Amino acid sequence: MKHTVSVLVENKPGALARVSTMFARRAFNIESLSVGPTERHDVSRITLRVDCERHSIEQIEKQMHKLVNVLRVSELEPGEAVERELALIKVHAPADKRHELVALAEVFHARVADLGADALIFEVVGSPEELDSFEELVRPYGVKEMARTGRIGLGRSSATTTPLRKQHV
Amino acid sequence: MSGSKKMLGADAVLRSLEVEGVETVFGIPGGAVLPIYDAFARGSTVRHVLARHEQGAGHMAQGLARASGKVGVAFATSGPGATNLVTPIADAWMDSTPLVCVTGQVRSHLIGTDAFQECDITGVTMPIVKHSWLVQDVEELPSIMKAAFHVARTGRCGPVLVDIPRDIQEAELSFKYPDSVDLPGWKPPTKAHPRQIREAASRIANADKPMLYVGGGTLNGDAMAELLELAELWRLPVVTTLMGKSAFPETHELFMGWPGMHGPKWSNYATNKCDLLVAVGSRFDDRVTGKLSAFAPGADVIHLDIDSAEIGKLRHADVPVVGPLKQILHGITAELRKLHATGARTKTEPWLRQIAEWREEFPLRYAKGGDFMKPQTVLETLQALTADRDDVIFSTGVGQHQMWAMQYLLCNQPRTFITSGGLGTMGFGIPSAIGAKAARPDATVVCVDGDGCFQMTCQELATATLEQLPIVVVLVNNGYLGMVQQWQSLFFEDRLSQVHLTHQVPDYQALAEAYGAAGFTVTSEGDLEGALAEALTCGRTAVVDCRVDPREGVFPMIPTGAAAIDMLEFQDPQGAMA
Repeated sequence: MKHTVSVLVENKPGALARVSTMFARRAFNIESLSVGPTERHDVSRITLRVDCERHSIEQIEKQMHKLVNVLRVSELEPGEAVERELALIKVHAPADKRHELVALAEVFHARVADLGADALIFEVVGSPEELDSFEELVRPYGVKEMARTGRIGLGRSSATTTPLRKQHV
Repeated sequence: MSGSKKMLGADAVLRSLEVEGVETVFGIPGGAVLPIYDAFARGSTVRHVLARHEQGAGHMAQGLARASGKVGVAFATSGPGATNLVTPIADAWMDSTPLVCVTGQVRSHLIGTDAFQECDITGVTMPIVKHSWLVQDVEELPSIMKAAFHVARTGRCGPVLVDIPRDIQEAELSFKYPDSVDLPGWKPPTKAHPRQIREAASRIANADKPMLYVGGGTLNGDAMAELLELAELWRLPVVTTLMGKSAFPETHELFMGWPGMHGPKWSNYATNKCDLLVAVGSRFDDRVTGKLSAFAPGADVIHLDIDSAEIGKLRHADVPVVGPLKQILHGITAELRKLHATGARTKTEPWLRQIAEWREEFPLRYAKGGDFMKPQTVLETLQALTADRDDVIFSTGVGQHQMWAMQYLLCNQPRTFITSGGLGTMGFGIPSAIGAKAARPDATVVCVDGDGCFQMTCQELATATLEQLPIVVVLVNNGYLGMVQQWQSLFFEDRLSQVHLTHQVPDYQALAEAYGAAGFTVTSEGDLEGALAEALTCGRTAVVDCRVDPREGVFPMIPTGAAAIDMLEFQDPQGAMA
């Protein structure tokens, strides 16, 4: 089962490396990982997507808590969190196909970020599942390159994310 | 601390150690730590013990920590000096030993350029430290040193590393040692939940066949007195892991030996047939459990630990209690006293009688005879010579001799059995003994070593003799990498591969003498007691080369992957392995 874990870390050198090293050492697989600033300049947020059993996710959380730079670990429950991802997809687009592609893109609110002689770059934001669907759709036209940010998320204002205490069971 | 004072980063390191109450550190100088070593030369209350290899320095710091309960400190230069500390750091990580390693680093502007003796040691050690710091601003040095000691000894103990570029050591700062640490992400548990403590006590009170399964966390948590009080109050039997050895007096009537791969069969029976397993700072290591699913299959589990990540890591805990063991054990005892006042009584007497029967039925066995002295005889004799003393500390290497030491040496005083459990680091014995001697100059420190282990760290005999840290090495010399030989014999049809070291090379007595130590060679049982007695009382570093049967195996034994109660037993007739 897949889980999204949101981790607040001190914005210090090596903080990301410590988190990712722990995953490698404990043989947990990371499906996606994104890191960036938060509302506090001294705190960064790491959003991790992992595929594992409930027992393993508990282990992951507890092991992360022991890292000195980790301030807070929460699991983003589906339905109680907003999760988004950004993709840039460079698609083969000869003149006769462009119109068709742009029409497709409109359905997904994808924007044309760059237009070249025989290719264009779509910029699309959505849930990771929506991005998967869009990629599926444009694939027959020829995807030349793609970059995705990995998902980020926040608990909904109406819901409390599961804060995993720094304390104990 | 009072007002600040101008000084160099190098001096700030030593002043920090002084404030922390550090008396002895271990290390070797080199280019990237020259300013720190100059600060030692200019004077400090901290004693520096010069090791012969940084691995030795690290294990000495571990030995000091394990014998005293204090934080061990090791110094090394950048690059190879730092990488030589990796093994002790990994060892301290696995065995939760509080350790602060201070390494020199190339100058800040050279970091990342592959400069001479540059190594990214914070990167190399990242998976095996609780935390590490690369000091980038000299003004941060005091708070980093404070944090390093704090992290090493709070929560589950373990190693930390402080990497200090040479220019930082040479830079000036105004030194003021902070009174508190500023680590918003470091909040180890300080108090267990009272409800969990009550639940644990109630389960213990109602158990017919409880067992306290005690690990090294009990020693780290300084909870030996509380453990004894609990066990005696409710008549609870106790087994200890290799790391927990010496946390409970081993001649006590409630002591039931050591479970695991080479534990006595009766100890494994008692551990595996209990109905309530109370894990006290132990972690269900595979060397203890054998096949995990077959380990104590009929038992509910109460797991007491400072580290919540150990709860349920390998075995489901019916009652988890997370917090300092001292407080938890005290709390459980207090609850049981209340129950006792209401008329509740322990139900363990039939269970204790059952274990006593197993003890009668399945004693440790070996057979004397043949051309060689038996290794077990060496340990039995050492035990007999030290049984009446409470000022003897043992250390060991890793392998057959370590297992015999576990089986035959009975430790009644806490922190008197220092061994490498989790990592299984050959060569741990001699340097850790030296560190223990530095921590406890009053004690007689005996390293039970194997000939394979001895040759990995024997250069530290120079440290022992020159630094006046005398230790006694009882060398269980079978001329082989004995444990590997045993496995090749049992599981690879006796095809011995690269395990023969010989009894004679090196000449251990001559080698000991070359290092300024006393040397003894014992080839027959008749000479054994005299040589050991003399070594123990000579007041010098001594090496007793006990040449023992090259083909003796350690029994009983749980083969890997087998259930703990399906042990291979010692088989007479002699000569046969199993």
